[in-house]
Amino acid sequence: MRRQVLLCGGLVLVVALALAPSAFAGTFTPESGGSPNANHIAGLYDLTLYVALVIFVGVEGALAYALIRFRARKGRVAKQMHGNTRLEIGWTIGAALVVTVLAAAVFIDLHSIRDPVNSGPGGLDISDGVQYETTGAIKPPNGRALTIQVNGIQYIWRYTYLGNTPNADGLGDPYSYYQMVVPTNTTVILKVVSQDVVHSWWIPQLGGKVQAVPGYTNYTWFKIAKPGNYKGQCSFLCGRGHARMIAEVTAVSPARYVQWIKQQKAYLAAADAQATNFRAQLSGKQGAAAVELTSK
Amino acid sequence: MATAALNPVPQVVAHRVERAPNGVVGWITTTDHKRIGILYLVTSFVFFLLGGVEALLMRLQLGEANNTLITPEVYNQLFTMHGTTMIFLFVVPMMAGFGNYFVPLMIGARDMAFPRLNALSYWLFVAGGIVLYASIFWSPPEAGWISTVPLATSTYLPSGGEDAWIYMIHFTSIASFLGGINFLVTIKNMRAPGMTWSRIPLFIWSIIAYSLLLVAALPILEAAVTMLFTDRNFGTHFFNPAEGGSVLMWQDLFWFFGHPEVYVLILPAFGIISETLPVFSRKPIFGYKAIAASTMMIAFLGFLVWVHHMFTTPTPLVVLIFAMISSFLIAVPTGIKIFNWIGTLWQGSIEFRTPLLFSVGLVALFIIGGISGVMLAMFPVDWQLNDTYFVVAHLHYVFVGGSVFGIFAGIYYWFPKITGRMLSEALGKWSFWLMFIGTNVTFLIQHSLGLDGMPRRVYEYANVGHLQLYNQISTVGSWILATGVLFTVYNIVRSLKHGVVAGSDPWKANTLEWFTTSPPPVNNFDEIPRVRSVEPMKDIRQEIERRSRDAAAAGATAPAKVPA
Repeated sequence: MRRQVLLCGGLVLVVALALAPSAFAGTFTPESGGSPNANHIAGLYDLTLYVALVIFVGVEGALAYALIRFRARKGRVAKQMHGNTRLEIGWTIGAALVVTVLAAAVFIDLHSIRDPVNSGPGGLDISDGVQYETTGAIKPPNGRALTIQVNGIQYIWRYTYLGNTPNADGLGDPYSYYQMVVPTNTTVILKVVSQDVVHSWWIPQLGGKVQAVPGYTNYTWFKIAKPGNYKGQCSFLCGRGHARMIAEVTAVSPARYVQWIKQQKAYLAAADAQATNFRAQLSGKQGAAAVELTSK
Repeated sequence: MATAALNPVPQVVAHRVERAPNGVVGWITTTDHKRIGILYLVTSFVFFLLGGVEALLMRLQLGEANNTLITPEVYNQLFTMHGTTMIFLFVVPMMAGFGNYFVPLMIGARDMAFPRLNALSYWLFVAGGIVLYASIFWSPPEAGWISTVPLATSTYLPSGGEDAWIYMIHFTSIASFLGGINFLVTIKNMRAPGMTWSRIPLFIWSIIAYSLLLVAALPILEAAVTMLFTDRNFGTHFFNPAEGGSVLMWQDLFWFFGHPEVYVLILPAFGIISETLPVFSRKPIFGYKAIAASTMMIAFLGFLVWVHHMFTTPTPLVVLIFAMISSFLIAVPTGIKIFNWIGTLWQGSIEFRTPLLFSVGLVALFIIGGISGVMLAMFPVDWQLNDTYFVVAHLHYVFVGGSVFGIFAGIYYWFPKITGRMLSEALGKWSFWLMFIGTNVTFLIQHSLGLDGMPRRVYEYANVGHLQLYNQISTVGSWILATGVLFTVYNIVRSLKHGVVAGSDPWKANTLEWFTTSPPPVNNFDEIPRVRSVEPMKDIRQEIERRSRDAAAAGATAPAKVPA
């Protein structure tokens, strides 16, 4: 009877666990579904969780059993033993084996988490024009990826869509704040930097986080299959506004992306023209006094 | 007379008999390791309560989505003060308190090797605490207990709070550094006759590891905070990237100290329960040498794993792999300890007194913290979990489940020795169950908060998904936990006057501190017994039993004399 109850309980647990990743994403497993690297991290996590649960149940079970079975009672005499070398060597090897398996799992999954994949068939056609040469980043096998610079600023994220001008530093490239627009089915490499304090870029459904460290460049990537919004926020203490340093990645079809970039360029050109115009106007007038007047 | 004046004879003149000053002056000028130990224990416990109040305020703020109870500025100050207090002003000095009181008693010594240095350590620690808490009247630090740069530089936080934090680190670090040396010298040189290295109690092994870690790791921290101090005040650029300084250097130095510090906080707790578990199972410790060896192994490996706090920084892959493997390696000696503790309970005759409950609670909770630690050591998994509430949950299972439960086991186990009175078992059990349930309610759900995308150190969150529900559960848990702690506070205050008189050895324990009276006299022992095993008190009790049996058999009535 007791055995059957245990068996049923065990079965329920196994079924619950098998269903867990889909039913309780975000409660028992990390968020995923936006990008292959996030999915692979979630897979690796699930494997680890199962190993962890088995160990948890086994060790806590042994502890609970010992506490109930060997509690002090009338006539109970403690067995005076000092150890058991064989047993101790046994569990040392056991513990070492478990972590070896976990290390092997990491090495097997590492490539698919860390290294970007090629863009999909429906992705943005990355010609040499929008290709930005990144020196430190790992590239997809075909070498083609869209590169966006993510700049952490107290307390907002700024994105520069690199490769739209010949300037290597992104000067003159289209940019946006808070909301990043990306094409679907396209491998996007993020070049993560900071201009003030340390921040951390994290959109849970699009993979792991990377710190934006002033003076350093960090990289990550994602490839989004479906159009949609993916939210996240800064995850390294950056000051009083840390909690409000939120971010959103909006995936749109490549055609709409091209259109959006074009529009941004047009806005930039218009703003540039306006500025040039204004400057000319100012320098045409009587100099400093006029500048002061206008800036008020 | 003249010759006597020309050739003065050195002489000692006693103008009066030196008597130990009483009252407040006595406590301030004391160099007695037991009094210093009590000072450490009481002061750190006060800081524990302060840090607890800070935690409760944070949980109150997070009890509701988009709450406006606490401003972001104050919230950042609260978590900075909470982390700093719990680590530097509670757990480390609390362990120093237990160490001070019990190292000499357990090894059969009459005091620490350097009593005045010992007093200096304590007063430096107090100075550190005062410097940090004085800042609440001006502007407390708000860059986290990790004092992250460049946020902690004067460009971003010009107020004096960060400088107060730096002074606190200096004071408490020098205190712990000197304390560590004092412990090592004492343990090396002042052990009772017959107490070889394989006969010293496991708590003493843990204090050796604690001291070695402090002595080796604290100079790194002090160097780092000194650089931060000159950056803030004298225009150097150690951590200023615009002038060629390096932000990652701070993280490397801080965590090179920070991870050994984790073992500073947990190993003495392991040491405490390695004493209590055999006593209340009525069995010798299972695998003494394995536990002692794993303590030292953990201490050594603790210096190789600091990069696992930096898995998301721009660091080469080979370093990440090294940090993962070395962190995995720590799981092995830690696992050995857990198995050995269960082995100690196995086939024992377990008496469920309060010290045992807290000790077993430590094992049960630390298993969870240990397992989540292995998960976090897998760096691709950590890329998702780093700096989220999952890490908050993990570290609180380690520090509340581990260090705090170990400390409470120590309080209930040693209170009779320190005060001569027992703590109430009924109040102790209430305290244990409330704390055990409270810890799980508060922190288990925080794993899910992290998996759901909630980062650490945020003063507010949006009302999406289950975030508010999970946070509310955690907040309710924090009040249960706090109530449990209050039960022990009340128990201590009450038992000081009304507790049952303990006698010298109420638990029938194994180590030498139970050989003397409770509380022990100033000189600890009139006669120091020869140690023949790792459980000298058990030998002594058996010897007494044997002699009184022989005496009874011989028809003699003379009381048995304790062997010297």
